[in-house]
Amino acid sequence: MTEAPAATTEAAGTAAAGGSTAGGKLEIFSWWTNGGESDGLNAMFDIYKTQNAGVEVINATVAGGAGTNAKAVLQTRLAGNQPPDSWQVHAGREALSYVNADQLEPLTGFFKEQGLDKAMPQFLLDQLTINGEIYTVPVNVHRSNVMWYNIKVFNDNGLKPPTTMDEFFTVAEALKGKGITPLAVGGSNKFEASHLFESVLLATFGPDDYPKLFDGTDTLWKDPRAAEAISTLGKMLSYSNSDRSAIGWSDAAQQVVDGKAAMTIMGDWTHGFLLSKGLKPNVDYGYMAAPGTTGSFIWLSDSFGLAKGAPDKEQALAWLAVCGSKDGQDAFNPKKGSIPARTDADLTKYDEYLQSAIKDFGSLKLAPSAAHGAATTNTYQETYHNSLEQFSSDLDEKTLLQTLTDAAADNTK
Amino acid sequence: MAFLMILPSIIAIAIFVYGFIGWTAFVSLTAWTGIKPDFTFVGLDNYVTVFGNGRFQTNMRNTVVFTAFFLVTCLVLGMLLAVMVDSRVKGEPFFRSVYLFPMAISFIVTGVAWRWIFTPGSVPNDPTGVNLLLQRAGLGFLQSNWIADNRVIPDWYPDWSKTKLGVPMAMVPVIIAAVWQMSGFTMAMYLAGLRGISEEIKEAARVDGCDELGVFRYVTLPLLRPVTLSAVVILGHISMKIFDLVVSMTNGGPGNATEVPGLYMYTQVFSANKIAQGAAVAMIMLVLVALLIVPYLRSSVSKEVE
Repeated sequence: MTEAPAATTEAAGTAAAGGSTAGGKLEIFSWWTNGGESDGLNAMFDIYKTQNAGVEVINATVAGGAGTNAKAVLQTRLAGNQPPDSWQVHAGREALSYVNADQLEPLTGFFKEQGLDKAMPQFLLDQLTINGEIYTVPVNVHRSNVMWYNIKVFNDNGLKPPTTMDEFFTVAEALKGKGITPLAVGGSNKFEASHLFESVLLATFGPDDYPKLFDGTDTLWKDPRAAEAISTLGKMLSYSNSDRSAIGWSDAAQQVVDGKAAMTIMGDWTHGFLLSKGLKPNVDYGYMAAPGTTGSFIWLSDSFGLAKGAPDKEQALAWLAVCGSKDGQDAFNPKKGSIPARTDADLTKYDEYLQSAIKDFGSLKLAPSAAHGAATTNTYQETYHNSLEQFSSDLDEKTLLQTLTDAAADNTK
Repeated sequence: MAFLMILPSIIAIAIFVYGFIGWTAFVSLTAWTGIKPDFTFVGLDNYVTVFGNGRFQTNMRNTVVFTAFFLVTCLVLGMLLAVMVDSRVKGEPFFRSVYLFPMAISFIVTGVAWRWIFTPGSVPNDPTGVNLLLQRAGLGFLQSNWIADNRVIPDWYPDWSKTKLGVPMAMVPVIIAAVWQMSGFTMAMYLAGLRGISEEIKEAARVDGCDELGVFRYVTLPLLRPVTLSAVVILGHISMKIFDLVVSMTNGGPGNATEVPGLYMYTQVFSANKIAQGAAVAMIMLVLVALLIVPYLRSSVSKEVE
């Protein structure tokens, strides 16, 4: 919101590039309803409204973690030929489902026109390219393999936050002895266990082999390391809260800042959530790579596409211009607690955590997130989430391995 | 003329009910996975996949458990409440309304409220909801994990089954919430039934030397049988199609311990884009409900003819 006046000067230029839009309406579909997320979205809307006076912005949000509920509503609208002008989709393999169904308009020309092909890193553009075309504009990049911890709990007990799996289990045992939940894990949003699992998979397989788990074949799921990762996850869950299925990821983060639990492994939207609670990084909470994944960066990206047959195409292109612009990304990301997908971000706008993430994003080995659509399609994700949630409840290693092996081919649909 | 009067509704029902049932049946026989329709005919493949799926077997177990406990508890509690209200207590209209009101609430609201009540917190030292109440009341030993309880009792896991058979403990709070909502409605049905029994018949029984318990056992109960049958049909079809209460209360968790076919159908269709498989689940649910309702309709129609 503070960025809005500054953006006004550039408004004329950008709006002209996307085609001046006087009046009309624009419907944006997303699952951003939580604290930092909706603040960031509104900051982008403010810029859009300044640049496109008179356009009525319809903010169609559907609450529900990882977009599970939103995708259901979107599916109905697409089936009924009532697409919103632009909708949120995880960049990467998740967009494949919509491209296969011929629901997205190619934006490769738009990327060139807006200079996005120069402003965004090449690897990201490569990941976005499906059948030679780019279909969505990434607004941000999130990191999945982050461990959030309570600094005070670690200091009070003379412990150091773990960087390897071995250290994790040593620390967890010590914390358990003190009556503190070592690891807070949620479950009610249905992606908490699967989210935790991707960090464990990365720790077990390493950044080079990890992406091959999601190539649509079951080769690596038949590798002994898959079973090893599953039993490591089971061991980690044995050091977590017993009411996993009844609480969400944000409740788990709350337990950490309240000192009831010591650590939680969740994406860096947790940072946005904690900021919206008035907490300070490195004072009220600490962060580091999830145990065993130091040196790697599991990324996921929220992006917006243009619906094929969008009712308000002109307004939607102007919206995508805001999404891809430096102003738009620098307004959105500091609030959401994510980093820009562009390389020319204004670092002064980001707090210390985000600055460190921007640095890591540029220097560490990258791996796509499975729980959040960078490496997986909607069809595969459902089984992935559900089987991990089931595992979080019954710790049945054999069934989980079997289910994931069987489901591997779903990742091409 | 009479036919013309009902024609519009016949057309509307033909299209919007039977037309779509037919469409769903058709889709369930295709290979449609993904956003784009794929009408390749695959016969009963989707049904074979669904029935062989451990998750769907868990769903069926949950439906059986939920239906059995929900039905029996509602009927017993509803009957008890009706008898109490009927026994000329002071302020009867007040109690009648109190018991009936939960029915006016949406299952979603019920689910959210009871979710808060049955969220266990950290047992035993830092509990929430009902666990906190128990702790404060000095009944800490009664604390339980409620909606996060992953036990199945008895934990019977035969070779032919891909799911553990028994009562999933997390289902207990869901059943409690459902009974809370619907037992008042059952009471209203029984109350109407009780008021419909003429005092003369009871009087005749008393004259024949029956005590009050006997009057209830041999006169009232048999005369309430049609009410019980209607209640079973109404509650039974609610419980087989239950969705909203489970979604808002447990979202099927922990794991799939409280997931029901309706929820499974929803996730298959809308999250996983497995449209054809979801349609197969919908058809299975339709058949289950039909098995309950068709005999009832036939018996009531044949009675009317008599």
